[in-house]
Parts: sequence; C-alpha cells; structure tokens
Amino acid sequence: MIEIQRLSKKFNNNLVLDELSLNVQTGQTCVIIGRSGCGKSVLLKHIVGLLRPDSGRVLVESKEVAGLKELELVALRAKISMVFQGGALFDSMDVSENVGFSLLEHTRMSQTEILGRVEESLSLVGLSGIGNLMPSELSGGMKKRVALARAICIKPEIILYDEPTTGVDPITGDSINELIRSLHDKLKVTSLVVTHDMKSAYHIADKIAMLYKGRIILEGTPKQIQETRDPVVHQFINGLSKGPITEAMDNFK
Amino acid sequence: MFTLFFIDLGRKILSFMYFFGGLTNLTVQTVYQTFKPPYKYGHILEQSGKAGSDSLPIVSVVALFIGFIFALQFGYFMQRIGSEMYIASLVALAIVRELGPVITALIVAGRVGAANTAELGSMQVTEQIDALETLATNPIKYLVVPRFVALSIMLPLLTLYANIIGIIGSYLICVVKLGITSNMYMNMTFSALFYKDLFTGLFKAWIFGMVIALVSCYEGFNVEGGAVGVGRATTRSVVFSFLMIIAADCLFTALFYFIFP
Repeated sequence: MIEIQRLSKKFNNNLVLDELSLNVQTGQTCVIIGRSGCGKSVLLKHIVGLLRPDSGRVLVESKEVAGLKELELVALRAKISMVFQGGALFDSMDVSENVGFSLLEHTRMSQTEILGRVEESLSLVGLSGIGNLMPSELSGGMKKRVALARAICIKPEIILYDEPTTGVDPITGDSINELIRSLHDKLKVTSLVVTHDMKSAYHIADKIAMLYKGRIILEGTPKQIQETRDPVVHQFINGLSKGPITEAMDNFK
Repeated sequence: MFTLFFIDLGRKILSFMYFFGGLTNLTVQTVYQTFKPPYKYGHILEQSGKAGSDSLPIVSVVALFIGFIFALQFGYFMQRIGSEMYIASLVALAIVRELGPVITALIVAGRVGAANTAELGSMQVTEQIDALETLATNPIKYLVVPRFVALSIMLPLLTLYANIIGIIGSYLICVVKLGITSNMYMNMTFSALFYKDLFTGLFKAWIFGMVIALVSCYEGFNVEGGAVGVGRATTRSVVFSFLMIIAADCLFTALFYFIFP
C-alpha cells in the first residue's frame, strides 16, 4: 500500500505539491491525471525516494521512504520499478543489458538465467529477439516498451509509470495499456500511472485522481470521474479550451 | 551601479561556495564508495582504457613537441653563455617536476574530463541517473568511482610516459641539432634527477587525476536545461579543472619546496 500524507514540495519559490494526500491500495491501479507541469512526475519521484519532501510523509508498505537508511532504501527499490517518460534506457548498453541490469547487479543469477528472464520480459512487451539492438536503434514506442520490460524483469510489487503512452502511436499506446492491465490482473501488481491521456486512464484505472494546484481535488472510479460535475475535472477530461483551468491561467497572466 | 556590482559579486561568491560545497560532498561520498565493496573492476578497467591508452597518441605528440621546444629555447640562451651541456639537466628537471604532470593533466582534463561531463550530463537530462537509482544502484558507486580510480591511476602513468617522450624529444634536438653527444646528454639528464623530483611530479599527477574526475563528474551530475546545459557544463568542467590543476600545482610546488628543499 502507498500512503501519501500532506506532502508538500517547493522548487525555488514555486510550490509544486501543496499538502497532497492520496492512498493507493495493494493491487490497485491508480491513475493520476493533471496538466503538464502540475507535479505528477514529482509525486512519483517522492514515492521511489528520488526526491525528499519539504513536509509531509510518503509511506510504502508502512515504511516512511524519506526516513529509510541506505540499505533499507535499496531493499525497497528492489520491490518498486519505475517507467520513465522518455524510457531512460542506458545509451551505452544494448537492450538485453538494459532489461537485465538489476538482475546482473543485485542477484547471483547465472548469465543464462538472466538472458532467459530478459527474453521473457521482452516477449511480454512484444519485442522478443531485439536484445542485441542499442537504444539508439529503437523507435520512441519501442524504447517505452523496453523500459517497461526493464521494469517488469525484476518482478516488482509496485510499478510507477510516468506517462507510458505519451508520444507513441495509438496502436502501441493501446498495447501498453493492455500490458499494464494484464500485469494488474495476472500479477496483482500495485500500479501508479501518471498520464494526461484520458483514453488510457479510463482503460487501465481502478481509481483516477486529479492533481490540480498541488493537491488531489477529486478521486474516484473512472465512471465517477466521467460523470463528475466538478468544473475543473470536467474541463480537463473533456479537453476543453475554455473553463476554470484556463481562466485561472489567464488571470495569472 | 555600485549596488549592482556588489549584487553580482555576491552571487558569484555564493555560486562558488555552492560549487565548492557540492564538490566536497561528492569527494567524501566518492572516497567512501571507493573503499566500500563490491569493487567494480570491469568498469575501472573500461574507464582506464578510455582515460589512459586512448590518450596516448595526443600525450605523445604534445610531450614530444614540448621536448623539442624546451631544448631549442634553452639552447638559444645556453649557447650564448657556452653552457650547452646543461640543457639536458634543465629540460629533464623542468619536464619531470613541472611540465610533464601539468601538461598531461591539462590534456586529460580537455579530453577525458570534458567527455565525462558530456556523458554524465546527457545521462542526467535523459533521466538515466534517476533510473540507476530506481534500479537500486548508487550512481556515485556506479559512475563516479570507476572514473575516479581510473584517472588517479592513469594520470601518474601517463605523466611518466610523457616525461620519457619529452626527454626523448629534447634528446633528438640536442644530439642532432645542437651537437651534444648522446652519452653526455644521458649523463647530464640522470645526474640532475633525484627520486624526489620524480616522486613530487607523480604525486601532483595523482592529485590532478582525482581533481579532473571529481570536477567533471560533479558538473555532469548538476546539468540543467537539456543540450544547452550539457554544453555549458562541459565548458565549466574544463575551465574549473584547469583552474584547480594550476591552483593545486602552485600549492604542492610550494609545499614540496619547503618539505624537500
């Protein structure tokens, strides 16, 4: 279970997260929606311990992430995978080395076992047989899927996705959605997905939470979100150019 | 006018203190991670190849030319006072104590340090360093330690090599052009050099190697702003490395002057 309690984070004088609270149950897929730059990725980075909160707490399996010692954090990260927006594949390694990185670094598995697991992960994302390619030889969509293969290769309990379908064609996007859904159904992985792709959100989410002005302003099932009367959420999910979000921005200007 | 000057000065001082604090923090963490197992021998070997053997051609050319130039410059004056035989001693001392370590360090800072910053900077802007952390791997252990160890071993070795090539360059000019016999040149070279000369030069090279590794990695880790940021950080890395090499050279030369008078 992931518990986020009154989390605040400021960069220079810009308050990005403002006492944000959110709970994600074990085995649940929670989708965070919100405009670009509203702090969704910052939220994910707090969960995996890449950023420390200014105030508030992030608890994963009842342990406060910011208070963990080095070895405890390593142990926690062995259970959490993160899929970065641009893939974040290591340029100097081929696809196999990228996908099997964690196994090679942190387990005593043999080379053959690791290659077997790498191939299994790659075939799960529909990319078997590309282990020898370098990241520079892959398309944007392939990079995202290899990043996903790297995330699932360690069989994590929690996967954090940072805009997994952004910048890929609709077919690849749908196959990524299917994969996230099947990981949830088969492996009962807890997933936190950050996106502004509403089609994807409706498809994969057990729960959707809208992040606006540093806080979660509404959370509910995809059906509840679709039927909401909240003007901010309504404007966002329907992609309307006029409404309270853009009016607030105009007033700010 | 004056207010703006002081504001600008204050910003620069703060920026320098921030840099120095960050560099000190990185140094402490790097030294700690260097001695903490497991040891990444493969990565150290890979970085040693990049820093050492790949630098041999440029170090060879520059050291040879430095040998030529110094032999000719000293020759110009020594011939006037009829003391050509001392050219060998002067060149040997200048190269082994000063020029070998400093010139090698400046070459490596420009070649390897800049490459380190550009590589780590690109990794930073494409979130590869964050990805390393999420894969439960310490970026300092994985990226900085191999570069730190490789440069601190390879720079003294490259310096030793540059010393030999520089003396060979000087030997060629002195024997072929200035009419000094081969035996005389060798005798004057080895009679002028003591172990302490070699030791102080190599010790400085060891320090320079660590400085280059730490400054280049620090700048790479602190890149902000995409491709422009990588370019800016690479420039800063080379400039700060040059400055710190010269400052460290000045400090240790003065120190050795009093320790080994």
